[in-house]
Amino acid sequence: MTPEELQEISDSEKEAQSKYSHTVNVCVAAGCLSCQSQNVKDALEKEIKTQGLEQSCCVKGAGCMGLCSEGPLVSADNKILYKKVAPQDAPAIVQSLGQAPVSRLVCATDVPFFQKQKKIVLENSGVIDAERVEDYVAASGYAALIQALTEMTPGEVIEQVTRSGLRGRGGAGYPTGLKWSTVAKAASARKFAICNADEGDPGAFMDRSVLESDPHRVLEGMLLAAYAVGASEGYFYVRAEYPLAIKRLRLAIKQAERLGLLGSNICGTRFNFRVDVRLGAGAFVCGEETALIASIEGKRGMPRPRPPFPAQAGMYGEPTLINNVETYANVPSIIRNGGDWYAKIGTEKSKGTKVFALAGRIQNTGLVEVPMGITLREIVFEIGGGIPEGKQFKAVQTGGPSGGCLPSQFLDMPVDYESLARAGSIMGSGGMIVIDETACMVDVAKYFMDFCMSESCGKCIPCRAGTYQLYELLNRITHYQASPQDMDVLAELCDLLKNTSLCGLGQSAANPVLSTLRYFGDEYKAHVSSQTCQAGVCGNSGGAR
Amino acid sequence: MNAAAGVKTLRIDERDFSARADETILEVARQNGIFIPTLCELKGLSEVGACRLCLVEVKNSNRLLPACVTRVEEGMEITTNSQRLERYRRSILELLFTERNHICSVCVSNGHCELQSLAQKLGMDHVHFPYRYPKAQVDASHPRFLVDHNRCILCSRCVRVCDEVEGAHTWDVKGRGINTQIISDLDQPWGSSETCTGCGKCVHVCPTGALSEKGRSVAEMMKRRQFLPYLTLMREDRE
Amino acid sequence: MSKLRLATVWLDGCSGCHMSFLDLDERLIALGEKIELVYSPLVDTKVFPENVDITLVEGAVSSEEDLHKVQLIRQRTKTLVSLGDCAVTANVPGMRNAFGTKAIYDRAYRENVTLDPGIPNETVPQLLASARPVHEIVAVDLFVPGCPPSADTIFYVLNSLLEGCAAEICAKTRFGA
Repeated sequence: MTPEELQEISDSEKEAQSKYSHTVNVCVAAGCLSCQSQNVKDALEKEIKTQGLEQSCCVKGAGCMGLCSEGPLVSADNKILYKKVAPQDAPAIVQSLGQAPVSRLVCATDVPFFQKQKKIVLENSGVIDAERVEDYVAASGYAALIQALTEMTPGEVIEQVTRSGLRGRGGAGYPTGLKWSTVAKAASARKFAICNADEGDPGAFMDRSVLESDPHRVLEGMLLAAYAVGASEGYFYVRAEYPLAIKRLRLAIKQAERLGLLGSNICGTRFNFRVDVRLGAGAFVCGEETALIASIEGKRGMPRPRPPFPAQAGMYGEPTLINNVETYANVPSIIRNGGDWYAKIGTEKSKGTKVFALAGRIQNTGLVEVPMGITLREIVFEIGGGIPEGKQFKAVQTGGPSGGCLPSQFLDMPVDYESLARAGSIMGSGGMIVIDETACMVDVAKYFMDFCMSESCGKCIPCRAGTYQLYELLNRITHYQASPQDMDVLAELCDLLKNTSLCGLGQSAANPVLSTLRYFGDEYKAHVSSQTCQAGVCGNSGGAR
Repeated sequence: MNAAAGVKTLRIDERDFSARADETILEVARQNGIFIPTLCELKGLSEVGACRLCLVEVKNSNRLLPACVTRVEEGMEITTNSQRLERYRRSILELLFTERNHICSVCVSNGHCELQSLAQKLGMDHVHFPYRYPKAQVDASHPRFLVDHNRCILCSRCVRVCDEVEGAHTWDVKGRGINTQIISDLDQPWGSSETCTGCGKCVHVCPTGALSEKGRSVAEMMKRRQFLPYLTLMREDRE
Repeated sequence: MSKLRLATVWLDGCSGCHMSFLDLDERLIALGEKIELVYSPLVDTKVFPENVDITLVEGAVSSEEDLHKVQLIRQRTKTLVSLGDCAVTANVPGMRNAFGTKAIYDRAYRENVTLDPGIPNETVPQLLASARPVHEIVAVDLFVPGCPPSADTIFYVLNSLLEGCAAEICAKTRFGA
């Protein structure tokens, strides 16, 4: 593959697309598929055939368009968005092409949900057909890879990523450029690059959506990383619960191999890279990098103490780069537009954009990409459309089971790594669960502790037995059976878990309890001393779950 | 590890030491008579850093570090014992006592048990977390040995000795979290295991009475571990 | 100086701790100079008295009666000592906890009984769902593990309490000792 050949693919694809005067995109990512968008797509295709418009109209299975709660979503000519489309709406939509839109189905796009977003990772989502590499190439896909391989040294690639200020999107926010240069410096003939797609936080579906909507972008990012650090073997570690993401990723790998973008002597250079997909069997802890490596190696997925870090000794003891899906997905744009371009977006220490999965008690459930530094209020009340049914906002949970619950006093806080950490939560992978007044915060903490208890790998005792004890204690609180002394034990166990657990899962497992204790301590107190639950969730039957 | 890796100087509990760069904090402490409690660690087996009892404070590190896997570094200043560490260690021991049914008075290893003696040594005179009292099984299907899961602390010494020293890998771990359990082969009765060689190494590295020889009554199970350093030494010589 | 008022109680245990107490032998006589035994299975008092300085509690809290007793004892005692593994950890009585009370009753009163099997509901106090260590029910001031703690340990504990100095229990005894 040469730059010219890539251009040729791009040109011919654009030409083919320009033959159609109208394009109808139907979301066929998991969210809309679950409300029968495949039937909508079939109906549209059938309708176009019936009306004999095959030559001028094209129906495309596209990726996620973001507003999942209004699915199935259909966009006509990438201009008009239709929501909650049913198969019987197909004739009306096809007839309206090039004319006035079908007003009863129109989903307004001049609202904050769309206007306030800034799309880098999701720029192709909902626009291109995830199953056709040509469509990705026509959208400037693989240009960054070819550019890097033909014009840049690995050091220059790392330089751009470092300048961009990109930080790991998997949770901890480690500077990506620094991680890459550590692996690049490690002296070894054999290095690995791994993509962590073991997304497991409750309510989080960013990585799934990116893989379903734009798998080549992730692959290209990983190839750039592999080139930069000198890795020749790679693995995607995807949870098995994401069958569609896995299917599209495998297809993308096959297509890239066919085009000579994967394999030996890529683009006629000495760069070789093979990549394989490994399925996670559903253990949350396998998102922890050392457990993930153990799992790929065929061992039981359990973390091991760090150091040594994977960058020094990872897969089979060799230097290994692990980045998350979203991190890789940012890289092609950074290389294409330059690190400085990326660094202009966001805040001083948190650059670029972040994809969030909005869930919980919020009007607009779905996937959004926003610039770092946006406030929680903008996300929840403008983009998210606020709380349904006129209920009061109570908290927003970020960072999944390792994160925390932030009350309304933080609504005007900018969303960046440091601010979230200072407030007692974390950026995490991007799950954002909105909680309204009908929820009991002790019950919420119990839910997350239940999750951590079930997902503890059992290796170290503080996490194995500590999460159990904490869960039981929270259970007693929600059953009004706890004593004031139990509150001391609660604090003690949280401290123990945080300071003595082996891996990040255990160390952060107490965060939901700690943050709710910090901001909703009076709710705990009410349960313990006056046997009352403000939200009316708990009681002798003991909580919603 | 390369023996020529150089010499590091460090301070442990306000005393100066020098150590080889490939040595762990635990090794240096032991050579110099400084006690750091351990349970999963056993010389001759790989370290897993799982029991968290050997956590020590290292100056300028915001985290506690497990002495068994942390290599010495130049200028390290280590505290092996502080009120905070004592508190954590006692809590960890207490959690171990709560998660299964450790009834010392009726145990074959009474008086020869590492868990029991650590509890005494660390001044743990009671457990202030609620006990779980799980229903754990006893597998006595093996002709010579038995495993009593009531007494298992999941240190994984048996798993490691069977894999790393005996080469049989009969033992492994199943389940997650509080339901984690040691299993033989693919979770079948020990007696029907096709990989077990009956060598008994697992029994003798077990720190508690979880693995024992049949026919032993209360307090009669003495563990003999001399084979492990001997085998390790002989294998090192051969290499 | 007035004598310290000592009580000993026997909840769900084997009475081994009391046997060990008796093993103090002639030291009991010396102790008698300083303490008055106001309540014990070894003496005939029927009601647990008020204003007890030290109570040694043997056994786990296992039945309705134990529960009632230990709460009363706590109210009327200055220093409550959990004596022996059953009181400290629930020990052997706690081994029933994994099985549930029904299985225990059946085994004790039906399966192994030939004459008139049946679960008593009048003369025998009802079992609690599980046997618990004393400190899970009421506050405990001092823990003395051991099965049973040796006479030396008990002597040491009592002397420490008499002299009002902190007892280094773990130097003297351990679980299962």
